[in-house]
Amino acid sequence: MKTESVLEKVLASGQMAVTSECGPPRGSVPDKIIEKANLLKGYVDAINVTDNQTAMVRMSSWSSCIFIKQMGLNPILQMVTRDRNRLAMQSDILGAYAHGINTMLCLSGDHPKFGDHPMAAGVYDLDSIQLVRMVKDMRDEGKFQGGADIVNPPKMFIGAAANPFADPFELRVARLAKKVKAGVDFIQTQCIYNVDKFEKWMEGVRERGLHKQVYILAGITPMKSVGMAKYMKNKVPGMDVPDEVVKRMSSVPKEKQAEEGIKIALETIERLKGVEGVNGFHIMAIEWEEKVPEMVERAGLLPRPQV
Amino acid sequence: MIVADPKPFQQIRGFLEDYRKILVLGCGTCVTVCLAGGEAQAELLASGLRISFSKDGKEATVLEDTVQRQCDEEFVLPVLERVKREGIDAVVTLACGVGVNFLSDRIGAIPVFPGVNTTFYGGNVEPGLWSEMCAGCGDCITHLTGGICPIARCSKHLLNGPCGGSEKGMCEVDPQNTECVWQLIYERMKLLGRLHEMQNLIPTKDWRPAMDGGVRRSVREHIFRLQYKSGAGA
Repeated sequence: MKTESVLEKVLASGQMAVTSECGPPRGSVPDKIIEKANLLKGYVDAINVTDNQTAMVRMSSWSSCIFIKQMGLNPILQMVTRDRNRLAMQSDILGAYAHGINTMLCLSGDHPKFGDHPMAAGVYDLDSIQLVRMVKDMRDEGKFQGGADIVNPPKMFIGAAANPFADPFELRVARLAKKVKAGVDFIQTQCIYNVDKFEKWMEGVRERGLHKQVYILAGITPMKSVGMAKYMKNKVPGMDVPDEVVKRMSSVPKEKQAEEGIKIALETIERLKGVEGVNGFHIMAIEWEEKVPEMVERAGLLPRPQV
Repeated sequence: MIVADPKPFQQIRGFLEDYRKILVLGCGTCVTVCLAGGEAQAELLASGLRISFSKDGKEATVLEDTVQRQCDEEFVLPVLERVKREGIDAVVTLACGVGVNFLSDRIGAIPVFPGVNTTFYGGNVEPGLWSEMCAGCGDCITHLTGGICPIARCSKHLLNGPCGGSEKGMCEVDPQNTECVWQLIYERMKLLGRLHEMQNLIPTKDWRPAMDGGVRRSVREHIFRLQYKSGAGA
């Protein structure tokens, strides 16, 4: 075991892991984060805490993580390279670890253009792969990126994202290989609607033996309505929603679309349980966190293991 | 080359309320080629200012001139002499930001106003269109990326891209106009038979040779201060 991370322990035990996420509030209101995290208690192994997601200012990921940690739950510190340089990132990692946060997800982050501060400077001192390497070297070499020794190095279980659906497809497995080479421990994927394409990507992953070197959690986001399906299909870059999914959502009356969205998500989980190399699920119910417990239960992923 | 765009006329007009004898100074190199600040644009701006002044009943003389380069004393010194000789009380330069600085460092108590917004180092990719191609980061890595620069041409400067927002060869930040540079790098590396190199991690960048190490200078030892050594200067 590389770390004290509960997520690492669950994954190492060979059981399917379940994670979900919590977006911090747009204000100094800790109650919101506590309320959201409470919904997930007992249903997931760890909770991702987003870092200024979609480039909108929110309460910082690490401070929100501390609230969740204090509830006895396991937060995953998300960190984007968009907002901080390597000094700031390393100091936040030290601080987070000092508060007992031992799992993190390394991302480049959405471009400022998509958020509410499109005029902000994008820092990008590092990219996500370089961040993975930096955190790994902090953990395994006990060194800062600048080369100096760290007193009590932070032992982070290191995650990263993968989007099997973005272009060029031929590079997507290679990019995962790069993340593995950089030292990533687990991957949470982009939301999966095109299951065939995902399976094709997983084939490539297995061909290169990457599934033996990294845990892969499949990203699942239930659709609330046909409107959301169309929005995801047409407006969200790098998102692959096949026509038949939109058709299926629109084939049921409006009041039943939410249930249809959940059903599609559950069917996806069921199918992916049988795919070699899929080690768990990352369920992102966007502004619909209250549905996660029901989904986990209906997917047969309860009880969560005690490790 | 350095690419620039003309500043809005009203902004330039706003700089000049307090002045009576104004020189509009074009530059004969980069900004001439990108049609932002050469002789033709200097004439156009000067006549625009004359019309605007006369409409507003403001009495002012607007002169115009264009020199080969505003980043070289050889070409700038005659302008400085003219400014003094003719009692010019403000200069609007259509050179890039280098010209604004170069003049301001040498001109004494006369204000120098920018007439263009300097945008990037780019190339003329089709008639009327210039695209950014270099970020002047001081430590070129394009030998690793098939000669295509991800620092200048990736919206997030990702060195190990592409990110998840690359779709149909276009960048999510501007899908109508901007190609995903990592798609371009991928295609180029494939063409060069070097795709396997894309598995290599490109390490964190040292930004010191870029702006973050402080203000940069470039020295050619064999001619630097040659004047001093030969005794001709100093």
